[in-house]
Amino acid sequence: MRKLNDNWRLITVAIPFAWLLIFFLAPFFIVAKISLAELAIASPPFTQMIEWADSGIMTIRIVFDNFIYIFEDDLYRNTYLNSLKISVTSTLICLLFGYPIAYAIVRSGPVAKPILLFCIILPFWTSFLLRVYAWMGLLADQGTINNILIAIGVIDEPIRMLYTEFAVYIGIVYTYMPFMILPLYANMEKLDGSLNEAAADLGSRPTNTFFKVTLPLTIPGIVAGCLLVFIPATGEYVIPDLLGGGNVQMIGRVLFNEFSRNSDWPVAAAVAIVLLFLLVLPIMVFQYFQGRSSGQG
Amino acid sequence: MQANRSRFLTIMLTLGLAFFYVPMILLVIYSFNYSKIVPVWGGWSLRWYRELFESAEVWSAVTLSLQIAFVNATFATMLGLLAGLAMVRFGRFRGRTLFGGMIVAPLVMPEVITGLSLLVFFISLNQLTGWPAERGFTTITIAHITFSMAYVAVTIQARLTGMGEDLEEAAADLGARPLKVLTAITIPRLTPALISGWLLAFTLSLDDLVIASFVTGPGSNTLPILIFSRIRTGLRPDINALATIVILVISICVAIAAILMFRQQRAEMRDQKMAEGADE
Repeated sequence: MRKLNDNWRLITVAIPFAWLLIFFLAPFFIVAKISLAELAIASPPFTQMIEWADSGIMTIRIVFDNFIYIFEDDLYRNTYLNSLKISVTSTLICLLFGYPIAYAIVRSGPVAKPILLFCIILPFWTSFLLRVYAWMGLLADQGTINNILIAIGVIDEPIRMLYTEFAVYIGIVYTYMPFMILPLYANMEKLDGSLNEAAADLGSRPTNTFFKVTLPLTIPGIVAGCLLVFIPATGEYVIPDLLGGGNVQMIGRVLFNEFSRNSDWPVAAAVAIVLLFLLVLPIMVFQYFQGRSSGQG
Repeated sequence: MQANRSRFLTIMLTLGLAFFYVPMILLVIYSFNYSKIVPVWGGWSLRWYRELFESAEVWSAVTLSLQIAFVNATFATMLGLLAGLAMVRFGRFRGRTLFGGMIVAPLVMPEVITGLSLLVFFISLNQLTGWPAERGFTTITIAHITFSMAYVAVTIQARLTGMGEDLEEAAADLGARPLKVLTAITIPRLTPALISGWLLAFTLSLDDLVIASFVTGPGSNTLPILIFSRIRTGLRPDINALATIVILVISICVAIAAILMFRQQRAEMRDQKMAEGADE
């Protein structure tokens, strides 16, 4: 392959590279530009950054008002903090349950293992939206859980679960759990079983071996899984909208509404840029780990 | 590793699987419910399936979504293949770090950010060049290709790294030209990864609500957009029926992809064993 001639190499790299530059990177710069503009009655509804006056003078307008507005407004600040709180907590819950599940699959026999893996992968492929919808049916006031609890006499009145923060946690943990289990599984699968045997031979108890040998070796899997849950969950829109109703404020939902209902593009763009800045460090850590795990990548 | 799960692990696994599957099973069961109020049982019926098939709105959303998913999967697979080859087989080139970053970033980027940025991009482009004149099929497909190709590229990358370069080097030593090596050795060995990449891109596209909501225009409702607009106000039995069909179709696709991958893995393990046997 190294001898593949330069023209072919150039074409192979250039096509996907150009595609990503145009459709992935360039759009971010436009968002950044709009975040520094002001709302205007125009189409699209914001002021231009560079304007040419008749006399040939070029004016560049950069307005930081949107960012100042976001930082000074309690609503936005609380929404960012609330989003981070919900995504961090959900990530930890996913790790707490996902880790033993992944470990259980690794420890399964040769027949059960591919079947169990398939059972984890299947929900990952099944429509995200419909899996959230499934929980609407379970958590509603007239939903399955309340109906069962009332039927067996545990409660008289339905417990309010849908359109609460609790429902949002359930939704995030449910939909993002496979993203935690799969990288953990991939990491554990590569572990050398003889290390555990060696530890046992030297008299280490299973619990001790787990904390001293297995857990440290699975840190790359833990980091990858946590970031795969944490980063997208922070900007989640569908789950707070469908399961949280209007009662749970998360930044993805505020951004979406700011943009589609209020048509305040500059503020929506600034909200997106701030969110991106919050997530840029975790995204870079993720890329670093991803690069290491794909060998030469 | 031997099958030696402790009782604790078995319990966690069982609970985990129940957590995954009970909600979906209930969703399917209630799709056969006659009652208009979803969680109140009114007897078995196919009423909601009939209503679904008679709805022109549903059919047009399904058609649009399938068209987008098909075009998206095909382009994303081609671009993802090129990107994977570039990352794994080409050594160092200028801009490789940026390129690698742009391949991985769409996997985790919150959808609201991707959607918003693509929309403002399309609008700016329209003002500059007059294209795209209207938003809908084309803009959604471009948006989907951009994030799906990342998933395909990662799949291909993993496979290429796992394959090693031995066979390719052997073919080159025997005098095969680089393009011949690519078409006779590399691509055929990548076929299962390409198929699963294609299927992954196809389902990702069928599944996407947020990005499509941003970049769509009036009158272009994909299936998730239609579903979302209906369930925002609460439970709807026809959506249960729709969900059942979607789950069934996706399960079949995933099962095919899984069997293909599993077979290839086994075949390779066999080859490896034979090769090791021949060495002795």
